[in-house]
Amino acid sequence: MATKSTGGTEKTKSIEVKKKLINVLIVDDDPLNRRLHEMIIKTIGGISQTAKNGEEAVILHRDGEASFDLILMDKEMPERDGVSTTKKLREMKVTSMIVGVTSVADQEEERKAFMEAGLNHCLEKPLTKAKIFPLISHLFDA
Amino acid sequence: MDALIAQLQRQFRDYTISLYQQGFLDDQFTELKKLQDDGSPDFVAEVLTLFFEDCVKLISNMARALDKTTGAVDFSQVGASVHQLKGSSSSVGAKRVKALCVSFKEYCEAKNYEGCVRCLQQVDIEYKALKTKLQDMFNLEKQIIQAGGIVPQVDIN
Repeated sequence: MATKSTGGTEKTKSIEVKKKLINVLIVDDDPLNRRLHEMIIKTIGGISQTAKNGEEAVILHRDGEASFDLILMDKEMPERDGVSTTKKLREMKVTSMIVGVTSVADQEEERKAFMEAGLNHCLEKPLTKAKIFPLISHLFDA
Repeated sequence: MDALIAQLQRQFRDYTISLYQQGFLDDQFTELKKLQDDGSPDFVAEVLTLFFEDCVKLISNMARALDKTTGAVDFSQVGASVHQLKGSSSSVGAKRVKALCVSFKEYCEAKNYEGCVRCLQQVDIEYKALKTKLQDMFNLEKQIIQAGGIVPQVDIN
């Protein structure tokens, strides 16, 4: 079951005053990572929903109504992993920015396969504001 | 009262720094603290609760997979749980637990049973030690707040 949390309107030195709230889908089987990423998105200035695995993420998009600025996609998940989910979402014509989240143990070939599935970027865990913000700052432009 | 607050704040500062110096915590814990705000004052405690729940569950999985009495040892199952614990410990800045998971994974890949059993015992000891240390740190925070003080930001660098 997906859940929502609302972010603030935090300003940073590098951002113009006028910015919109970004809508983020966090796809991760680990509740700790879901909570951590929710909080990062909130402090950056976004609202987030979560999905426990790739299958939930696909179901969210099935009716064509879902509209996320950003999807944070974990790689290793039960039921449907990050690679398969990304491929499926791109087949479904989902145009959201998808950032893959990998672990340091993942080999270069695995990361490459993940990118080729349709990611816009790939980041290594643990995620931090400093890692993610430069990739997504343009999404805040109103 | 001001003298008490100052003393508690000093104790808190010194204790927190010691946790980093002794290798219990790393920069990722600092990142967690930075994310906590007035809107989510229990964020760090919440995340740590999830981490310690993970530890209990994953260590139990590892012990079960290493139990020779139930059949052949499933090193890939052990490795999968170690991988997850490494991820969780990395996310909260549990430096010693994470480091142990690195060695543990190597023993799993080498199918080294004795090495795995030793690592399992050490991981159990380390996460419990960290839990106790963090509880002491949170108790100091509570004492500062109850005395009417503010919990200081601790600059590790």
